[in-house]
Amino acid sequence: MPLIITLKTAAAATLITFFAGIFLAYFVVKLKRGKTFVDAVIMLPMVLPPTVVGFFLLLLFGKRSPVGQFFLQFDISFVFTWKAAVIAAVVVSLPLMYRTTRGAFEQLDPNIIYAAQTLGVSEWKIFWHILIPNAKQGIFAGLVLSFTRAMGEFGATIMFAGNVPGKTQTMSTAIYAAVQANDYDSAFKWAALLALFSLIFIYAMNLFVRHKV
Amino acid sequence: MVLRVSIKKKLRDFTLDVDFAVRDEIFALLGASGCGKSMTLKCIAGIETPDAGKIILNGRTLFDSEKKINLPPQARRAGYLFQNYALFPNMTVAENITFAATGDKFSKLKENIARFQLDGLENAYPAQLSGGQQQRVALARVLTSHAEILLLDEPFSALDSHLKWQLELQLADIFKFYGAAIFVSHDRGEVYRLADTVAVMHNGAIDTLDKKREVFQNPKTLAAAVLTGCKNISPAKKISDDFLFAEDWNLTLTAENIPDDLKFVAVRAHDLQFQNAAGVNSFRLQIKKVVEDTSRFVVVFDNNIRAEIVERPDLEKFFVHFPPDRIILLCR
Repeated sequence: MPLIITLKTAAAATLITFFAGIFLAYFVVKLKRGKTFVDAVIMLPMVLPPTVVGFFLLLLFGKRSPVGQFFLQFDISFVFTWKAAVIAAVVVSLPLMYRTTRGAFEQLDPNIIYAAQTLGVSEWKIFWHILIPNAKQGIFAGLVLSFTRAMGEFGATIMFAGNVPGKTQTMSTAIYAAVQANDYDSAFKWAALLALFSLIFIYAMNLFVRHKV
Repeated sequence: MVLRVSIKKKLRDFTLDVDFAVRDEIFALLGASGCGKSMTLKCIAGIETPDAGKIILNGRTLFDSEKKINLPPQARRAGYLFQNYALFPNMTVAENITFAATGDKFSKLKENIARFQLDGLENAYPAQLSGGQQQRVALARVLTSHAEILLLDEPFSALDSHLKWQLELQLADIFKFYGAAIFVSHDRGEVYRLADTVAVMHNGAIDTLDKKREVFQNPKTLAAAVLTGCKNISPAKKISDDFLFAEDWNLTLTAENIPDDLKFVAVRAHDLQFQNAAGVNSFRLQIKKVVEDTSRFVVVFDNNIRAEIVERPDLEKFFVHFPPDRIILLCR
């Protein structure tokens, strides 16, 4: 069960991170002022301890916060639900997607973009036909890194989504629970599975990137 | 085609401040690197934004700081040829050429493939092309767009010299067909061969603006003299109506119409003549060095005057004659 929950959570989180990361990368690259500040805010979850991120999420989406109150009106609560696991995974994996994509965008010769602009090509067409195809490798690398990060997420998840077996218990929180219960066999099983999955994804990424160069 | 440019932009080392008009002609911005000539071109194309001023192309206002008009590059119809060509790396030659084309893409592609001798390269990617081929693709790409004026940033600087000549001839044809272009260069030969009008730029300002023959034959400023290839320049003072003293060369020269506010005197290396006897404006100078160049010899004299002659000099000393009508007098 933790395997399915982990994959489901990571897949849902990566889907959100993928689009949000590309959008944020494009937005920050285009920013004329305040680039450093916006960048710092997006990167913060990567440098903060995951428990701190989880604690902030708990406060932000808790029943007493305005955000939590707002969602309560629609009978939606987050704390200790699967949605919380997804949100936690998005917040910690987003910096990886954003940074890798931004790096790929910035590596492209700016003259290529200017050339397209002076030729009369719309920003929309530049984005889809020039920026994205030329940043493909970086975007793919960001995708894999985000997915593996989301899959292994622990600290923020356990703070914000808890460790409810069958609901929010992922492989990494299951390992923690197993070790606490002195069940080393289960812990080893989940740990090996998690390592194997991560290895496969990173290996696939390397193959893809090398193939393209 | 009429383009009026009058812009100011503060840069790190100086303020760009230019004011000129281009009318159905090939207009060259000649200047040393970092003088603001490329920045001027980028402001016209809309890649950079001036702090103040106006840019008007064929009656359309592209930029006006007072009226708060600043058209995006897409709406300016100014075709820009980048120094590094900036081809789209993910597209083939054919896709590059037709990407921004309007109307009948296929016939435009065929026409430009033929015009630029790109037959057989339609499906190649930019990384597989030589520098010369890349430039031809970039030109074809500009010509299939709806550009009303061509802007070229150092069009030949990235090419080997043997490729340059062929492309220069081709560009001259395109200029004739297009009728109007601005190109930026630091190469006086290129400028002289291609342009009708030359603007010499120095520290962000236009120092001299005139027909090319006038600028090259009769430079009026120090920057124009240097950039048009004058090798011998010295600070100078007027002594009398017929005499001046060249400080760096330690020579008193005879010249015509010496202005009162004379600052520099200049003479081109190929205008100096060698004589065996003394005479007016002839001085016995000691040779310091003879440098063999591709088609001539450059003789450097003790006072650092440089002269060019076809045959290797066989003497240690020469009478060097400064023809009075070839002496260039500069007031700034």
